[in-house]
Amino acid sequence: METVQRPHRENLVRWAQSRPEVLVLSADLTASCEADGFRDAYPERFFSMGMAEQNMMGFAAGLAREGLFPFIHTFAVFVTRRPFDQVAMSIAYPNLPVRLIGFLPGITTAGGVTHQAIDDVALMRILPNMSVLECGDATDVESVLDVAQAVNGPVYVRMLRGEVPRLFDAGEPMVLGRARVLGEGRDLTVLSSGICTEEAMRAIQALRGQGLSIAHLHVSTLKPFEDPAIEAAIAGARLGVVTMENHGIIGGLGSVVAELMAEKGLGGRLIRIGLRDTYAHGASRRYLMREYGLDAMALVRAAEDLTSTQFDLTEEALSRVRLETMSRIDKTEDL
Amino acid sequence: MARIHSQSSERPTVDSIRSVADAVRRRVLEHTLTNNGGYLSQACSSAEILATLYLRVMRLGPSDASSIPKPFAGVPGADNPDAFTGAGYNGPKGPDFDRFIFSPVHYALVLYSLLIELGRLDPNALDAFNRDGSTVDLIGAEHSPGHEVTAGSLGQAISQAGGIALARRLRGDSGRVWVFMSDGEFQEGQTWEAFAALAYHGLGNIGVYVDANAQQCDGPMDSVMCIEPLGDRLRAFGAEVHEVDGHDPDALAAPAESMAERDRPLVVIARTDPCRGIERLRERAPKLHYVRFKSETEFETYRTLLNQMREGIR
Repeated sequence: METVQRPHRENLVRWAQSRPEVLVLSADLTASCEADGFRDAYPERFFSMGMAEQNMMGFAAGLAREGLFPFIHTFAVFVTRRPFDQVAMSIAYPNLPVRLIGFLPGITTAGGVTHQAIDDVALMRILPNMSVLECGDATDVESVLDVAQAVNGPVYVRMLRGEVPRLFDAGEPMVLGRARVLGEGRDLTVLSSGICTEEAMRAIQALRGQGLSIAHLHVSTLKPFEDPAIEAAIAGARLGVVTMENHGIIGGLGSVVAELMAEKGLGGRLIRIGLRDTYAHGASRRYLMREYGLDAMALVRAAEDLTSTQFDLTEEALSRVRLETMSRIDKTEDL
Repeated sequence: MARIHSQSSERPTVDSIRSVADAVRRRVLEHTLTNNGGYLSQACSSAEILATLYLRVMRLGPSDASSIPKPFAGVPGADNPDAFTGAGYNGPKGPDFDRFIFSPVHYALVLYSLLIELGRLDPNALDAFNRDGSTVDLIGAEHSPGHEVTAGSLGQAISQAGGIALARRLRGDSGRVWVFMSDGEFQEGQTWEAFAALAYHGLGNIGVYVDANAQQCDGPMDSVMCIEPLGDRLRAFGAEVHEVDGHDPDALAAPAESMAERDRPLVVIARTDPCRGIERLRERAPKLHYVRFKSETEFETYRTLLNQMREGIR
């Protein structure tokens, strides 16, 4: 499978070239958030706001009121925690088109608890007017700016940086409010987001080899959450649903799926894979995904639970699974 | 930066500004009696500052909003095209017009009263004050007359005004952005973040008037959290600072009338008296933040006082 080096960095420069109304505001993490290319290409549209996120949110709100489109670039924790009141009151209440690009989602950083955004989706989801998007691969990264810019209101984007895999065909961009249907099946439905989708793909390929029929959808729009394909996939799952996210299980994908299942009366079990009401700590992504059960093996265990079956799958077997870049399944009939 | 013109070619006299300020105090006292409670001391401290801003400092066009405020049209949102702000009372937006950003929105009644005195708002507009479903809120919101941004979480308006000023500079507008703040807001860290950014980005098209009445909710500011020496602190942050008598219209207007082009924010610290014009309030010190009359006797005292203030005009 192809990986792409710093897809946002190049894409932002290319994308913003014909959009003079697009500005970037940064809080001393410019290269860390791959905005250095933009800064160097369009210095008149780049504003260094210093380590002062509360003020940065207010400036962004004022610029947006004047018809400009500020793209905030900083780490997800510094978008969602420290300036929460400013995001809520200066940006979200007036429904201003500020794009909040948050880097280092969940345990993708070894920076420890202060840098790990494990509650950012929850915090942004609870704000009225806020839309929430999450990238899972390089194709998502390259198309999320178009998706965000089409929204009439503020958008929070969970962004990936550095070396990013290309899970999805570059010709199939992210679409607002539509999950990517990666596989169909009748026994289980797996809904994954962000970096957990790659793990899910690995486990699902192995589980299919054990005879399980699994529907798999990659969720990139966490709010609004109104995709009929998701509802149909949940309704069609014979044995249960699994959500898998690089985030706490409270307030993120697992919660929104639980809310949907309860409100629509879609019976059946739900297993939420994610951080289970715990903070994490500084360590490698691979180590933390294993420690907190966010990896492919965690999905195997969930499938064992829902099917009351023991699968003979080892971590070695899962790591040997070869993944190819996938195209969205052409759906001829409803699940 | 171009010289800032007042809204009329005829320069209002100091006496006319003072008489508008006195009328604002009377109207706020009247509504404090009607509602049994109000931010009365804020009218006493800020009446001349706001009157001077509107009559001498800001370049505003005539109101283009309804003189009787529209009812609440719902919170802003993608599915609510009817939501509005109260900025229209400050005239149309345009490259050469100034903008007014009102930060301590618990002063709302002072602003409404001033807008009435200036003919921008109907005197009956206050019938809807603090009424369910109205936009004439007790604590102003961005839909309230004269308000433009969501500012009630104090210290947030200055940053928003900074963004507006930056956008205006990028556009090449000649109009300035004027912000009215309370001194208590200088306890918020965000305020200092904002001044650092205004100075760093050289935003000389923004001016801030501070009602330094030295009072806050818990009492005198120096008993809660001292912010002095405010002028020195702001100068150290890169602002051009003037400290003036906040009840003297000429002194208030002078810093804004300078012809000099600025590359830094202008701050006018208006030292004010929270009991100015209503001496009786002094007996309530140090609790002046929100005035509620406790007995019928007290009501009668202030009712009589209001009548005397009205007679004093003639």
